[in-house]
Amino acid sequence: MSHVIPPVSAQAMLMQGNEACAQAALDVGMRFFAGYPITPSTEIAEALAERLPKVGGTFIQMEDEIASIGAILGASLAGRKSMTATSGPGFSLMQELIGLGCLCEIPCVIVNVQRGGPSTGLPTAPAQGDIMQARWGTHGDHPIVVLSPSSVTEMYELTVAAFNIAEALRNPVILLPDEIIAHMREKIQIPETIKIVDRLKPDQPPEKYKPYAIKEGELVPRLANFGEGYRFNVTSLIHDETGFPSGSPQVTETLLKRLMQKVESSRKEITFVESRDLEDARVVLFSCGSTVRSMKEAAREARQKGLKVGWIKTGTVWPFPDEVFQNLPPNVKTVLVCEMNLGMLVHEVRRSAPDRIRVESVAIANGCFITPQEIVSGIETVYEGGR
Amino acid sequence: MENLSKDSLKKNPEFPKDRLEICISGSGGQGILLAGIVLAKAALREGKNATQTQSYGPESRGGASRCEVVISRGEIDYPKIMKIDLLLALTQEALQKQLPNLRQDGSTIYDSVFVKEPPPGLKNFLAVPFTQIAIEKFQNVLVANMVALGALVGISHVVSRETVKTTLLSSVRQNFQEINLKALQRGFEEADRYLAEKEKK
Repeated sequence: MSHVIPPVSAQAMLMQGNEACAQAALDVGMRFFAGYPITPSTEIAEALAERLPKVGGTFIQMEDEIASIGAILGASLAGRKSMTATSGPGFSLMQELIGLGCLCEIPCVIVNVQRGGPSTGLPTAPAQGDIMQARWGTHGDHPIVVLSPSSVTEMYELTVAAFNIAEALRNPVILLPDEIIAHMREKIQIPETIKIVDRLKPDQPPEKYKPYAIKEGELVPRLANFGEGYRFNVTSLIHDETGFPSGSPQVTETLLKRLMQKVESSRKEITFVESRDLEDARVVLFSCGSTVRSMKEAAREARQKGLKVGWIKTGTVWPFPDEVFQNLPPNVKTVLVCEMNLGMLVHEVRRSAPDRIRVESVAIANGCFITPQEIVSGIETVYEGGR
Repeated sequence: MENLSKDSLKKNPEFPKDRLEICISGSGGQGILLAGIVLAKAALREGKNATQTQSYGPESRGGASRCEVVISRGEIDYPKIMKIDLLLALTQEALQKQLPNLRQDGSTIYDSVFVKEPPPGLKNFLAVPFTQIAIEKFQNVLVANMVALGALVGISHVVSRETVKTTLLSSVRQNFQEINLKALQRGFEEADRYLAEKEKK
């Protein structure tokens, strides 16, 4: 089910990334936020504390991040579009319940504004060290969608997308900006209309209702919201279509495979990739998040030096956009992965790129925003090589 | 400071074209963030693009703090400073720390209350006791940032004086509009004095 509504403010303005996230969440219909404020995500909670009550929503400052994600999962089961916002230390605490959200198929959005880690690390410094944690932080095979904005405008757009994907797939979605994008102010034109997706409701009367039954041709259960007259049971154990625990190998395998299939079958709709100048490029740069900004500047400088350089940026980190690397044109010799960690995305690119392509990285983890100069010098190092 | 005139945004033929980089640096609590935000908003109001970023430590007050504003007619990819065109330094430490990033033909404005030892050989600079003016003239140290912003806009024309005034009015609460506006105006006067003296030479 999707519909289009006009957001509150449709004009160009200077806005901070975190403010754009809060604005988008309100526009898309998020009405329950629980969180424990932490730099560099605090402005999201700050804005929502002020604005949610005015639109009939609920803001709760919880005692910690574990309670925060518990609260939003509960609110979501009761039918509210829900979200929390945190940074690395809080994201670590949330991992267990992210798994609960995945297994029990509870839509929600978790914003993790990345800062320097590990531990409390560098609270005010940018980093992209949570790429792998966002995918595999919670245990067991589980599906997850992770989006990474590279501008204030994308912070808005991908927040909207995160809610829509969460509702459509009934799965937690992680928005993974970094300190630069979250704290930066720049021009944004709030769109005049946005597409909004809402979760499907049961089409069976209460006496025939099975919460986790899957209709023919569908992959997502039509779970009733708590309190709407349907029998309600949710468990973190492996469960059958009644929602009660099951130890059956067949039930287990069917459930786990269906959960993964939900995301796999939506790859096309949830992959946000852009590229430029690949047609004649010898070296292709690849990045996500704020690193995209330095990468574009570096590509321009390299072109001015006469180097044939193109770039790919992805707004979707997970599922990883393998297909982009499988289909690179034959002129591409090297992919240079740029990231603010000691090398995470680079391994995914190595896995998905064909053997003929050499994959190298500019991996910067020093608490500073990666610079165009660092990337240009990386380009110069790899330019003559390749297979 | 001719290189900072409004037209330089059009004319500058070098890469990165159309790009002006402003660094406002000082100590947490001096209001440098607000000054940077007002400047970036004013640039948008004039149809330009602007990005504003900041660097600061874990302290809420007192630590070294830096606000970076990039203004351009075109799209801004890299949102932070590569080489400073215009430096506003409100402490000795900030001035010392940022000078190595200043473009050779860049300009510096500093608060002479806190900068006791300006580096020898500093060119293209304007020294004003912003903090003293704020205390003596407005009995409020908090508006030193607006006196400084007035001086910055006044000598650089990076945005028009009218635009920055309008933007300021829409950026602060009503109770504080008058005092901030007067402080900004006082900054313009410092700029006028500087420009007049330069004319004489």
